[in-house]
Amino acid sequence: MRWKTDNLMGWGRALTREAEIARPERLSTLSETIQESPCPAIGNRRSYGDASTAAKAIDFTRLDRFISFDSETGLLEAEAGVTIADILNTFAPKGWMPAVMPGTGFATLGGCIAHDVHGKNHHLSGSFGQHVESLTLMGPEGGSQRISLKSKPKLFRATIGGLGQTGVIVSASIHLAKCPAGKMAVQERRMEDLDAFLEAFNSSRADYQVGWLDMSAKDIHLGRGILEEAHFSSGPFEPPREPRAVPFNAPGFAMSRPIVKAFNWAYTKRVPEAGRDVERPLHKFFFPLDNVHHWNRLYGKRGFHQFQCVLPDDEAPATLALMLEAVVASGLASPLSVLKRLGHGRGGMMSFPMEGFTLALDIVNKPSAKALLARLNELARNAGGRVYLAKDSSLEAGYVADMYPELDDFRAEVQKVDPSGVFETDLVQRLKIRGQA
Amino acid sequence: MSETWIILGATSAMARAFARKLAQNGANLLLAGRDMAELKRIAADCELRGATSASAVAFDARKPAKFEGIIEQATASGGSLNAAVFVGSMPEQSEMDADASLIDGVVQDSFTGAIRFLHTLAPHMEERESGTIVGVGSVAGDRGRVGNYVYGSAKAGFHTYLSGLRNRLARSGAHVVTVKPGFVDTSMTWGIEGMFLVASPDDVAESLIKAVKKKKNVVYTPWFWRYIMLIITHIPEFIFKKLSI
Repeated sequence: MRWKTDNLMGWGRALTREAEIARPERLSTLSETIQESPCPAIGNRRSYGDASTAAKAIDFTRLDRFISFDSETGLLEAEAGVTIADILNTFAPKGWMPAVMPGTGFATLGGCIAHDVHGKNHHLSGSFGQHVESLTLMGPEGGSQRISLKSKPKLFRATIGGLGQTGVIVSASIHLAKCPAGKMAVQERRMEDLDAFLEAFNSSRADYQVGWLDMSAKDIHLGRGILEEAHFSSGPFEPPREPRAVPFNAPGFAMSRPIVKAFNWAYTKRVPEAGRDVERPLHKFFFPLDNVHHWNRLYGKRGFHQFQCVLPDDEAPATLALMLEAVVASGLASPLSVLKRLGHGRGGMMSFPMEGFTLALDIVNKPSAKALLARLNELARNAGGRVYLAKDSSLEAGYVADMYPELDDFRAEVQKVDPSGVFETDLVQRLKIRGQA
Repeated sequence: MSETWIILGATSAMARAFARKLAQNGANLLLAGRDMAELKRIAADCELRGATSASAVAFDARKPAKFEGIIEQATASGGSLNAAVFVGSMPEQSEMDADASLIDGVVQDSFTGAIRFLHTLAPHMEERESGTIVGVGSVAGDRGRVGNYVYGSAKAGFHTYLSGLRNRLARSGAHVVTVKPGFVDTSMTWGIEGMFLVASPDDVAESLIKAVKKKKNVVYTPWFWRYIMLIITHIPEFIFKKLSI
């Protein structure tokens, strides 16, 4: 296998490193590569921090074939490099779709399992890993085993949300959900402040829910935004149009305070005061940013951090207010801040979701970002919340055990299958997730 | 009636992307190559993506005895008969400099095996008075360069054959597209220094589909390679022989 020396970075581009990358195109080359030099697998690099960076990595994007599909039960077997958008585009015309879809269709099947991702329907459908029937896992010696929750409950639960630490996810069988229509009926309503927002979420009965926060609003407007509630409407599925692309890094001022403020103002005003009902094709609703390729370049060369946490219900209102105040005061907020309700569904030991509210926001990678991120991480921990490792670039290693109560079980299971730590990624080392070396 | 496509060298990244696009249009696919396990995976993938049928068939450019059987299988399913040729092999020029016996294999894979197959297929296309052949050559065939002139000369021979075959089949309503890709992001170019303007296999496949639809004769993909090669082929020989590009 030829290895390519290249810069490896997460989607946020704040953490980058030089790495040796192999990209097998055949299954036989994959096992040869692992035997030659075992290392973690990476997908489309849509995690934000360093979850998909390592000194050596296997790029899985060319192992992206569908293997079998049962049109009676909706069970799909595919190689781990298949993307969520590919599954949607291929199976939506036949009336099926992934039961859980993250905010980008570029995420790979393997990545969705390794981070146990959630979607806008988490309160109803749980996390991605809960729809995985079984999967093929390749160990450090290049040998494969088929595992399921039934056959190997511990190893399976360590693999779902397991950050690739139990081995290379080669392929997986997932239960698709029925896709009743090609369009979503979306109701958009303005939310005046945080209390109104949380109240609206708590009383919402919508199948799909997501909130956008205006992070330049302060004082009595703190937590103002737009709530989107959606359900399937009708009409045929339409494949997306060719995306536009951000051709190069935007200059530093592109995300400066006045520009973000102007954007937020326009974004809010587009929804009339009385709210509105709109129809959106599935792609536009589920992957709103995917039709601008390389949108991460808008943050310029220095990149950005993403912070996402989940807070339990009773602590959420107070902690969210503190977090928003801290972000607003820092002036580092971005136009892309999301508030969502999560249910209790989680598929693995290291899964992110817990019942409560999740907040996600981008923070430009300026020197002052560090203090803000530290503050947000601390607030999340003090509230008994959890920081999403797929996004993280700044957590304290010491917080991980507080946030992930099954960490010890996870460590024990990983130690069995990868005693020498060949599948460690930068994130796992930075946060000492495998334990003190 | 859906069209039938024979894809030679179907495990290559470019061929895979092309087969997927044909699958989405409901084609019957015969995926020919050496790695049967891999071909079966590609066939299953193509069927799930909409191919009317997709099957893996054993093909080795160096074993012409098997060619008839593949063509027979393809003619069994009515509709228009088409073929796309992605075969070829490119050992390091330095390896061939050290061992000239490697040259035979390169010429068979990239040129003589492929054209023997096409020559066996051509009468069937004439009989049906339809169909398209997509022959994937290379910009390396436009001018011999120190870096890969054995491979380049095999591809140049292939280009010339395709041009002749196009001339012949034009009389019966069938068509030949010659494709000259520049650098494509495949396992062949992965990690090699000095690659630039690398195109994705998917983009190349899309341009092939368009070329078939529009009955193009010779296409460079991506398109700008036509102009890069125009410049390279016009460098006077007394200068060119001293360059190492």
